Amino acid sequence: MAMNKGTVVGINGNMVSVKVDDDVSLNEVAYIVLGETRVKSEVIRIKNGIVSMQAFEMTGGIGVGDLVEFTGEMLSVELGPGLLGKVYDGLQNPLPELAEKCGFFLERGEYLKALPRATYEFTPSVKKGDVLRPAEMFGSVPEGIFDHKIMVPFSLKPDDYVVKSIVKKGEYSNDETIAVLTDSDKKDHDLTMIFTWPVKKAIDLYEERLKPVDPMITKTRLIDTFFPIAKGGTFCIPGPFGAGKTVLQQGTARNAEVDIVIIAACGERAGEVVETLKEFPELLDPRTGKPLMERTIIICNTSSMPVAAREASVYTAVTLAEYYREMGLDVLLLADSTSRWAQAMREMSGRLEEIPGEESFPAYLESVIASFYERAGVVRLNDGSIGSVTIGGTVSPAGGNFEEPVTQATLKVVGAFLGLSRERSDARKYPAIQPLESWSKYKGVLDDKMVENTRGVLFRGDEVNQMMKVVGEEGTSLNDYVIFQKSEMLDAVYLQQNGFDPVDSSVSVERQKYIFRKLFTILGSEYALESKDAARGYFNQIRQKFLDWNGCQWGSDAFSMQEKELDNLLNEKFISLSSENEKILG
Amino acid sequence: MQKVYTKIDSIAGNVITVAADGVKNQDLAVVSSKHGESLASVIKLDGKVVSLQVFAGGRGVSTGDTVRFLGYPMQVSFSENLMGRIFDGSGKPRDNGPALTDNMIPIGGPSVNPAKRILASKMIRTGIPMIDVFNTLVESQKLPIFSVSGEPYNEMLSRIAMQAEVDLIILGGMGLKFDDYLLFKESLEKGGAMSRTIFFVHTASDPTVECMLVPDISLAVAEQFALQGKRVLVLLTDMTNFADSLKEIAITMDQVPSNRGYPGDLYSSLASRYEKAVDFEGAGSVTILGVTTMPGDDVTHPVPDNTGYITEGQYYLKNGRIEPFGSLSRLKQLVNKDTRDDHRTLMDGMIKLYAAFKEALEKKSMGFQMSDWDSKLLEYGTLFEQNMMDLAVNIPLEKALDSGWEILAKCFTPDETGIRSELIMKYWPKKD
Ligand SMILES: Nc1ncnc2c1ncn2[C@@H]1O[C@H](COP(=O)(O)OP(=O)(O)O)[C@@H](O)[C@H]1O
Ligand SMILES: [Mg+2]
Repeated sequence: MAMNKGTVVGINGNMVSVKVDDDVSLNEVAYIVLGETRVKSEVIRIKNGIVSMQAFEMTGGIGVGDLVEFTGEMLSVELGPGLLGKVYDGLQNPLPELAEKCGFFLERGEYLKALPRATYEFTPSVKKGDVLRPAEMFGSVPEGIFDHKIMVPFSLKPDDYVVKSIVKKGEYSNDETIAVLTDSDKKDHDLTMIFTWPVKKAIDLYEERLKPVDPMITKTRLIDTFFPIAKGGTFCIPGPFGAGKTVLQQGTARNAEVDIVIIAACGERAGEVVETLKEFPELLDPRTGKPLMERTIIICNTSSMPVAAREASVYTAVTLAEYYREMGLDVLLLADSTSRWAQAMREMSGRLEEIPGEESFPAYLESVIASFYERAGVVRLNDGSIGSVTIGGTVSPAGGNFEEPVTQATLKVVGAFLGLSRERSDARKYPAIQPLESWSKYKGVLDDKMVENTRGVLFRGDEVNQMMKVVGEEGTSLNDYVIFQKSEMLDAVYLQQNGFDPVDSSVSVERQKYIFRKLFTILGSEYALESKDAARGYFNQIRQKFLDWNGCQWGSDAFSMQEKELDNLLNEKFISLSSENEKILG
Repeated sequence: MQKVYTKIDSIAGNVITVAADGVKNQDLAVVSSKHGESLASVIKLDGKVVSLQVFAGGRGVSTGDTVRFLGYPMQVSFSENLMGRIFDGSGKPRDNGPALTDNMIPIGGPSVNPAKRILASKMIRTGIPMIDVFNTLVESQKLPIFSVSGEPYNEMLSRIAMQAEVDLIILGGMGLKFDDYLLFKESLEKGGAMSRTIFFVHTASDPTVECMLVPDISLAVAEQFALQGKRVLVLLTDMTNFADSLKEIAITMDQVPSNRGYPGDLYSSLASRYEKAVDFEGAGSVTILGVTTMPGDDVTHPVPDNTGYITEGQYYLKNGRIEPFGSLSRLKQLVNKDTRDDHRTLMDGMIKLYAAFKEALEKKSMGFQMSDWDSKLLEYGTLFEQNMMDLAVNIPLEKALDSGWEILAKCFTPDETGIRSELIMKYWPKKD
């Protein structure tokens, strides 16, 4: 097939208009030819015979009349063993390899293979004559801690394929033919370990979608206990700048109890990615004892990298996530920040002179956000195993105001809302998740009644606090004052968690359950406190002991000793436990 | 072979269009009129119609003026000869020195591969407790001063610049007032730093387009020096003027504005400049200290808002002090783990208490009775403001930390501070 060609007729920012004679499809990839350099672009509109393309790189030096070559392919990623541990840009260019080739800077027009040639120990799982369908496995190779399933390419049309030949167990290069399948039209298909998939299309080769119910543990108390996230669910973290979105996501990437984490650093600071890059190879995953990097893929299209590739980066990330889900694994995708992706859409929409919606975002913003989060989910695969993709996105609302299009569109579709508040981050109450306004539709690991009851303390404490602002401390009853003190203590020792403390930064479910019980008892107990000063003083002491306890290694001697000290302090003034709390404790 | 065009079809604001062939996006041209010559750069191509922004502005340009395309994009000369010199936003000398034309380098070049960046790790000491203790400045950081207009932000900028141990200072002035320009010049001369300083200055009376070039030209030069191993500090004041010049061009080009007239790509435009801050492995570094004045003292205004999402923190200057709330150094945790073991805890602990002080102050202003605890907080707040927040205080970090413990011990009992016992045992001042 002859290559379809065109010529540049206009340039506006990163939008390039092209005249073509032959057929062109939407989302097709094309290259603008500038001598030796080829600038990758994607078709985003075809109107009155003029093709509008977004260039994935800077457009300086391009002129009217320049040649454009169309590929006939949609924007796609390569799928196969070797993705884990990689650092890619939004178009799946491996950044460390690019650095080796070009040095400090991202030179225009340099594209490298996402999965360089490598050999793997392949073990076939089918034999000649077997019948396979797309996405069914025909063998596996070891990849880090997993057996990476080698599957029939998802892009083959649904059909029964007969295995015509398959190699024996042994070392093979990822680009050599290891199996040949024959379709019902008697046509042969050569399979390697690698195939491609267009990023904007969801991978939907599974038996059925299930309801997300199993909790995904983050080891952040406030999330696991109060606003749990389910495997295969979705959540968002909106918050003004500096409120702690990135720190929270980095912590989650480190501690989440899942098989694979994909980090999409979308349009934010490069320095933050570097932190992850330097840290993850050093940190060990407690579940496997292997470096965290081995379960991580980073898609990095930071703020100074080209905007169009930023738009593509979240799709690249979610496609990789779906690929691993097809192997029956639990994958977590963290996108920071989805607002930058939305802004990339806005920039393009503006150049296309589309009719702008609210705050100039395109009218289709909401549906695009919805269909992105829709790619999360728990699925039962054709072989009966279960896999999941969980998606968490940060949102960076303009002016920190949640009443803006991206936050609102996101809130409509996610299952959990972890809203960060400027007030709490200003007061260094980290993680700055607003405990009264945040919500989750998922079920957690702790006792529901205990959690509900404890949230009640927060609400009542807040009421008392509001009231005190009107009537003063002197106008507040001792009883109410004690409730306020209890809610403050709860905030300080349980909701707040220092993200940079070696022990406190990640708290296992076991430990959460244990200390939450203790806390629940304290909150439900009446103590002999004769005055407000006495109450304040006493709860300060409890807070102190509790914080020290939080700093002790779980299961250590120090932990039990500190617990005893805390118990002794509690016994000093203990009168009785409320009947309600006693009942819940059982 | 440089073709000259003599028919300008439209002139709107600082943007002109001319019908031309073979022109490349972002290339430079010379527009000659009877008032003189000005550079212009290509910002849009539509068939034969070429749109250019004229550096000296559209004022006085006539349809009969000539446009000559140069065939290359905006460049600046890079060599040691730049040191001690003063230029305008397009790189023309503002002092009496010669124009520089050797070793021309492009401006606004590609961004650094994230995989080639290294972690920031060197603290820049300033002697200002609100910075050193609470919002530590780090080499290769990008950080603006968010300021209400009228605050002494340029004084603060020059004070930090003089105190910082760097090899080279580049001052990018945008809409700079002449007085402020003199202020920088004088304090750099007094500190003996003038010979290692380069100025790219756009003043309030210069053409807007030149304002827009200042960050790119300053950072292109900074980047080259850093690649040669120099530690470069770039001062950009005032980035709000830069953003306003972007707005002006966008409106002239009939772009759909996104927020209060600013273009939809404001975030990306600011980010591509600020992200030039970097620590090069095996070479030097670029640190960017900027100023972003906040129109109407409003942090949610699009310029400070977008900036805050890009930079690695900000110093919020108000009433002559760096406010603890709203100020942030995102890189502090990369360095404060190695300063002193009480640094992190003291930093968070003292701010938490200061937040409580603010609440007590509010209660007091509403006429409520002050409890014992409130009175302690009030005393604490006063001492904190005097010993930590006052910009006149100039002490090394360690002294400032000691002073923090003194303040705490003067006002509170240990368990009122919310600080863990280990550190209390180590640092709580002993009563004598
Ligand atoms: N859990 C936390 N513990 C301690 N400090 C935190 C925590 N979260 C945020 N911070 C502080 O706030 C700064 C900004 O956080 P970051 O996550 O980068 O904000 P955002 O992404 O919302 O702009 C961090 O650099 C750190 O100093
Ligand atoms: Mg962030």
